Amino acid sequence: MPAPIRLRELIRTIRTARTQAEEREMIQKECAAIRSSFREEDNTYRCRNVAKLLYMHMLGYPAHFGQLECLKLIASQKFTDKRIGYLGAMLLLDERQDVHLLMTNCIKNDLNHSTQYVQGLALCTLGCMGSSEMCRDLAGEVEKLLKTSNSYLRKKAALCAVHVIRKVPELMEMFLPATKNLLSEKNHGVLHTSVVLLTEMCERSPDMLAHFRKLVPQLVRILKNLIMSGYSPEHDVSGISDPFLQVRILRLLRILGKGDDDSSEAMNDILAQVATNTETSKNVGNAILYETVLTIMDIKSESGLRVLAINILGRFLLNNDKNIRYVALTSLLKTVQTDHNAVQRHRSTIVDCLKDLDVSIKRRAMELSFALVNGNNIRGMMKELLYFLDSCDPEFKADCASGVFLAAEKYAPSKRWHIDTIMRVLTTAGSYVRDDSVPNLIQLITNSVEMHAYTVQRLYKALLDDISQQPLVQVASWCIGEYGDLLVSGQCEEEEPIQVTEDEVLDVLEGLLVSNLSTPVTRGYALTAIMKLSTRFTSVNRIKKVVSIYGSSIDVELQQRAVEYNALFKKYDHMRPALLERMPIMEKTASNGPTEIVQTNGEAEPSVVEAKHPPPVTQPTNQANDLLDLLGGNDVVPVIQTTVPTKPASAGGELLDLLGDLSLSGIPPMTAYNKNGLKIDFTFERANPNPNIAVITIHASNSTEADMTDFVFQAAVPKTFQLQLLSPSSNVVPTLNQGTVTQVIRVLNPQKQQLRMRIKLTYTHKGSAVQDLAEVNNFPPQSWQ
Amino acid sequence: MIKAILIFNNHGKPRLSKFYEHYNEDTEQQIIRETFHLVSKRDENVCNFLEGGMLIGGSDYKLIYRHYATLYFVFCVDSSESELGILDLIQVFVETLDKCFENVCELDLIFHVDKVHNILAEMVMGGMVLETNMNEIITQVDAQNKMEKSEFFPFFSFSLSLYRRLSFSLPGRTGRHRPVLQERPLVPYQL
Repeated sequence: MPAPIRLRELIRTIRTARTQAEEREMIQKECAAIRSSFREEDNTYRCRNVAKLLYMHMLGYPAHFGQLECLKLIASQKFTDKRIGYLGAMLLLDERQDVHLLMTNCIKNDLNHSTQYVQGLALCTLGCMGSSEMCRDLAGEVEKLLKTSNSYLRKKAALCAVHVIRKVPELMEMFLPATKNLLSEKNHGVLHTSVVLLTEMCERSPDMLAHFRKLVPQLVRILKNLIMSGYSPEHDVSGISDPFLQVRILRLLRILGKGDDDSSEAMNDILAQVATNTETSKNVGNAILYETVLTIMDIKSESGLRVLAINILGRFLLNNDKNIRYVALTSLLKTVQTDHNAVQRHRSTIVDCLKDLDVSIKRRAMELSFALVNGNNIRGMMKELLYFLDSCDPEFKADCASGVFLAAEKYAPSKRWHIDTIMRVLTTAGSYVRDDSVPNLIQLITNSVEMHAYTVQRLYKALLDDISQQPLVQVASWCIGEYGDLLVSGQCEEEEPIQVTEDEVLDVLEGLLVSNLSTPVTRGYALTAIMKLSTRFTSVNRIKKVVSIYGSSIDVELQQRAVEYNALFKKYDHMRPALLERMPIMEKTASNGPTEIVQTNGEAEPSVVEAKHPPPVTQPTNQANDLLDLLGGNDVVPVIQTTVPTKPASAGGELLDLLGDLSLSGIPPMTAYNKNGLKIDFTFERANPNPNIAVITIHASNSTEADMTDFVFQAAVPKTFQLQLLSPSSNVVPTLNQGTVTQVIRVLNPQKQQLRMRIKLTYTHKGSAVQDLAEVNNFPPQSWQ
Repeated sequence: MIKAILIFNNHGKPRLSKFYEHYNEDTEQQIIRETFHLVSKRDENVCNFLEGGMLIGGSDYKLIYRHYATLYFVFCVDSSESELGILDLIQVFVETLDKCFENVCELDLIFHVDKVHNILAEMVMGGMVLETNMNEIITQVDAQNKMEKSEFFPFFSFSLSLYRRLSFSLPGRTGRHRPVLQERPLVPYQL
């Protein structure tokens, strides 16, 4: 077999490939050659082959068959082999493969090798990809090397120790004695890695932190030497002596000084010195200053020092270099909570950054601006922010819009300003506004009673211009539905009232319904708005026509609504004004939006409404419609919502409140029906807030050997009663009394007449459908008295 | 902690990829592609910091990059590293490469990937910065290279240097021949 080609030959060949397919072909050919070479156990060329394999791995081709070969290379005596072998191990292996454990012995031997470079290789590999088992086995060796006088090995051992601690935190104590002399090293490399090791230990364990606090004076001294020492060519970077080490030490000081008065005091001088003496014309100086500022903000420094730090950050903001401005904005964001006033001084610079071209800077500036908004500067800031909203990229608009809403809510100087701001946001960034802001806005508008006319007029005008932004359209159609009468009557104090006729308003709303731009949700809003106008406008016929057209709409939601509204016109016209009355002022619940309609399956509860608003019902018509729908199909007298409970309840507790205290009021249960193995029991409760309501729970059980599926229970009561049937627990009655189906019935009995009920049962039993009618007369007297 | 170090050219071809956390091969390639996509969109005069892409860990991680001639050097770091410090580190890395390869250009990185790995191993270990002193790094790397060469046949080192001279006389100096550091970056960057 000819000698395998060299790495660079391979690279040249691959680079001549013109297409991806050609490249793949070449690589596959080469892989095959490498594989057969591996099979032949060729020692001389193994390292060449593995080098080629690593190159192919970098390009993205699978190279896992080389893993064992890497191990063989590591075990070889030649340094070249070991080098490639360890590199291959770092690139190809990891703790998920079992193969890596075979390396442990090799590494152990190499850690004790006579050549420092081999030891270095072993430390490097262990530090990069050592698994926890390997680390446990080899921690002792690493610790030994940490104490050696060879600085090359010492620094590698320190970083390896960091990796060991990360993998196996329990071993941290083991390295503690070795750290005693670490800081007295002269070699900067060792110093640097020792500081990293100390930082890691302090971050992981508060005990270590307390232990290492005594090192603060030593660290301060090292830092001082670095700053004061003259030019040292070895570590100089642009005139500053070893900035990397300075930054590391500052970071460690930050961790040590946090929350501790003594250490912070010891550091104050040196921090002030660094802050004032460092040259800021180059990036290195700025890097050190930045780290110093972060440290000052984190420890318990005196106030003079903090002001100095913030001023440095302010200077950074004016720097031409984008990177510096970026880090300044980031750190100001962190400090704005604690040192609010100091940061306020730089507000104008921050606002200028909003106009920067750089996306990262704009984002940081936006976040910081929102954090700086308060009652005094709200008007000015809002102007800037709205201007920013107009011109910024789409990815910012959602965040900016929500930020504006929050700020406006907290600090709005007047209701009119608030509404104007909201209008502005809706018209400029309407499609990016978050979904949950629509109900919030509606609640806000409802609550500012004196602004209703103004609001609806402005919204109407906005709607005439543009109907593509859904949140705007939704809010507008809701308002027009509620306050259409104000719009038409032209009574607006704040602004020049516009003359609008009812037909024009209806035109706009109908336009929304047919437009392609409207989402189904928007159409729902529009239809409901049209319906509400039927009580506020006089031209009811047009509305009736629109509603009946949508009774056959393809969209199920629209169809359902239209059908129910139609029913309102026809059969329940007497209820219509009450149902479509204007909304009361809503209480804002903390957890969810104002008109939280807890719609569980089949149940519709009234939302949180002020207790002083007794019946009739004032919720959106959706609820009533759902209820009608629920009972549709039963030949039962449907019922309107029962009265609202007198105590306001939170969203979750409404269910229980309406059902009242479920104290079993001592009414005995009864069997209503017992035939063909199906038994139906009634148990009674009284809903306490309203003694006229009886709550009956039916329990259906089946004593035959077959299940009763598709079980439907229906009930009818005489006209003087009203009945509400809630959804059943299931529609399969299991056999042999293994379980029951329960369903709740609520009966309103205002005239306290004797309760009578006709029930209809349908189910499928043993493959055949069964239907039965029965009359229930044997209600106990307590249930209706 | 540094999560990954990537070097790729203006077309997205990887020239070096070192991950300090394990991903499988497909994910690694995807990360390289995603990073290239994010970094190549950047303008010349914006700041050098970016949020990391989804694959590499999202906004907890930052991409700190520098664009030299035809190459992007990208370091993906978490919040424990100083951003400005990493920028300096990238500069030190490139200057070290420059010293080791004599006016390093992209071709050097292509044909001597293993050597670049060795140099990098002297600077960053296990995701943490090991050594930042350029001379120290170069001394160590040279010593190790000498050890390697002494194990090989003597004529091999001769062919190495011959090849270097040959590579520079290849016809058609493409963009990859441009020395990395001599190319003035469009925004003057002072260390």
